[in-house]
Amino acid sequence: MSVVFKKPDALCDVTMHYCPGCTHGIVHRLVAEVIDELGICGKTVGVAPVGCAVFAYNYFECDMIEAAHGRAPAVATGVKRANPANVVFTYQGDGDLAAIGTAETVHAATRGENITVIFINNTIYGMTSGQMAPTSLPGQVTTTSPYGRDPKLAGYPIRVCEMLATLSGTAYCERVSVDCVKNVIQAKKAIKKAFENQIAGKGFSLVEVLSTCPSNWGLTPIEALERLRRDMIPYYPLGVYCDRDAFAEVEAK
Amino acid sequence: MSDKILMKGNEALAEAAIRAGCRCFFGYPITPQTQLPEYMAKKMPKIGGTFLQSESEIAAINMVLGASAAGVRAMTSSSSPGISLKAEGISYLAGSDLPAVIVNIQRGGPGLGGIQPSQADYWQATRGLAHGDFRVLSLAPAGIQEAVDLMGTAFDLADKYRMPVMILGDGIIGQMMEPVRLPDPVTELPEKPWAAKGTRGARKHNILNSLYIQPEELERVVRERYERYAEVEKNEVRVETWLAEDADIIVTAYGSTARICRNAIRAARADGIKVGMVRPITLWPFPSAAYAEAAAHAKGFLDVEMSMGQMIDDVRLAIGCSRPVRFFGRTGGVVPTPAEIRAEIDALCKEVL
Amino acid sequence: MKEFNILIAGSGGQGVQTIGKLMTEIGMEHGFEVSFIPSYGPEMRGGTSNCGVNISTEPIASPLVVTPTQLVALNLPSLDKFETSVVPGGSVIYDTDLIGRAPARTDVTYYGIPFTTLAEQLGVKANMLVSGKLLAVTGFCDPDGAESTIRALTAKRPAFFEPNMKALRAGFAL
Repeated sequence: MSVVFKKPDALCDVTMHYCPGCTHGIVHRLVAEVIDELGICGKTVGVAPVGCAVFAYNYFECDMIEAAHGRAPAVATGVKRANPANVVFTYQGDGDLAAIGTAETVHAATRGENITVIFINNTIYGMTSGQMAPTSLPGQVTTTSPYGRDPKLAGYPIRVCEMLATLSGTAYCERVSVDCVKNVIQAKKAIKKAFENQIAGKGFSLVEVLSTCPSNWGLTPIEALERLRRDMIPYYPLGVYCDRDAFAEVEAK
Repeated sequence: MSDKILMKGNEALAEAAIRAGCRCFFGYPITPQTQLPEYMAKKMPKIGGTFLQSESEIAAINMVLGASAAGVRAMTSSSSPGISLKAEGISYLAGSDLPAVIVNIQRGGPGLGGIQPSQADYWQATRGLAHGDFRVLSLAPAGIQEAVDLMGTAFDLADKYRMPVMILGDGIIGQMMEPVRLPDPVTELPEKPWAAKGTRGARKHNILNSLYIQPEELERVVRERYERYAEVEKNEVRVETWLAEDADIIVTAYGSTARICRNAIRAARADGIKVGMVRPITLWPFPSAAYAEAAAHAKGFLDVEMSMGQMIDDVRLAIGCSRPVRFFGRTGGVVPTPAEIRAEIDALCKEVL
Repeated sequence: MKEFNILIAGSGGQGVQTIGKLMTEIGMEHGFEVSFIPSYGPEMRGGTSNCGVNISTEPIASPLVVTPTQLVALNLPSLDKFETSVVPGGSVIYDTDLIGRAPARTDVTYYGIPFTTLAEQLGVKANMLVSGKLLAVTGFCDPDGAESTIRALTAKRPAFFEPNMKALRAGFAL
């Protein structure tokens, strides 16, 4: 009998803690499939964030480090500089990457740090149960923006891909979504490219994955996917924002 | 030709770290320690190591955490305000059982404070460095040769006990030059089977983590760590006593302040006063036994610090408050003079003799 | 026990730190215990600059020079600030080109020398003349004894060896 579907080898055989309908599971699987396809599990080191993916160190078969909130790109920098032959990735949420860890993110990018960053944007703090994120949309109701995010009070959401694309050290950033099969397939392509870039030494690669949080959005999984398509994609357009070898010009000289 | 070379404290610390096998340095400029990262910036690329000027102290300590987790000897250095920023990362290092060396070349505080020598971070180094139940092994050199020697010790102890080790200096230690004999570079480093450098498909994955969501599990892990701390307290106490055997008066100080006290002690001895010194080299573990021993015959203690009085708590605890402990301190970057300390010795004599 | 606690002070750019480091190197070369401590911080840029050097047959206790046995003052603020701190019986070397006033104490020996003018006449650096004089006043080493140190310090720029030795000898003879 032929196997048509199985758990990727790079994923541990454990039950994940994610809520029903959460898209973290999909993204974990995509990362694991890419690691398997590239045959790099034995030399990969992952860095888990503080946030819903905090237990990611229990879910990947590769070596894992749990970082402080926002510090994953700095920790990954340390790992990569210590052992450049390792493939190093971080897996971070929006609060981690775009609020408390903005400096670490921006500077890892501008240094062209040769790492891969998987960025889950679900416009909310999941782990602490539904507070406003740096990516929460204008008008979005959260427990800390109970009257809806008012840009005059709480400022505007950060568009991470657009911002990082302005930095010369960024080799690649693409915004993808996991709301439907077609987009999941595209998301995997992007994640694979982000790992391949690192192996080729091209510089900082980031994939922003628009994701859902049914529990904290107060929606069913189906409604959550609809919200992603209806509200998030127009504000956070999908696509490639930057694709180059960050050091090609320097090396040419 | 002398076999010693004249080196500035900050540069000697950097060279000693490299010779101790440090291959990753992450830091951020701050007076009065900046020559340390500058030296690393020059030297590391030549030996295949990493120097990286981070975007912040917070990033630097987390880069150290990453490099240490990857199994490499890693270090950062800063001065007081920068150490406060590193506090978070040091707690995570402790909680993840990761070795690292952190150098603090202290300056006056609190806040931005000043840039002149200070010892006002003693409590920080020995107690409240950051959140959680944990310890940092703190070493306090009083001269450049000792700083060099302790750097090798720091890396060895950090690896042995899998914990952060702090070298607590001050502006004097960082800035002054003294002749040093540098040790030979280490050739063999301890194995780190726990490191995250890839499973190579040959073992289960290693996880470096400080999160334990079940209270009982976290308690167990912390208790195990404290068993290791007990070993540190048993094995790693370092202290210098000088002229203490027959002393009526014990002057106690650490780091560069102890050097200044020596002048005052010499002068007092020349006048026939029996004064000796206890100088902690490890601030944690604190050399309590040396104080208890001295208290058996000494009638009073004089604690001298470049602070408003921090180590004095440990001195009092060490002798169970069995003798008067007088305090003399200058702070904010003001350095005590031998004459001031001598006057305090005389005052203490009047009090207890 | 032989001990020199030397305080060297002047304006940034006069080579104050160089004099201090040179004395420390020479002392070390001749088997003395030595220490060198600079003033640091914003003072480095323009304002006053000073450093303390200890040279002793015994291990150095405090590296700070609070009460110097020898003071070198290369500008007026330095003499004003440190003149009173010199130990009785100590000595003060100062540049009469840059310091107009007369010495204030009777219990120390003054060596007032127009270093700036002499350096111009001889075509050498004033701070090396001062160094030579400092060797003469302390007496812990003569210019011949300092030769190997100067050679080592100018190893990367050998053309500087002769002019520096010339200045050191000239200063020693003042």
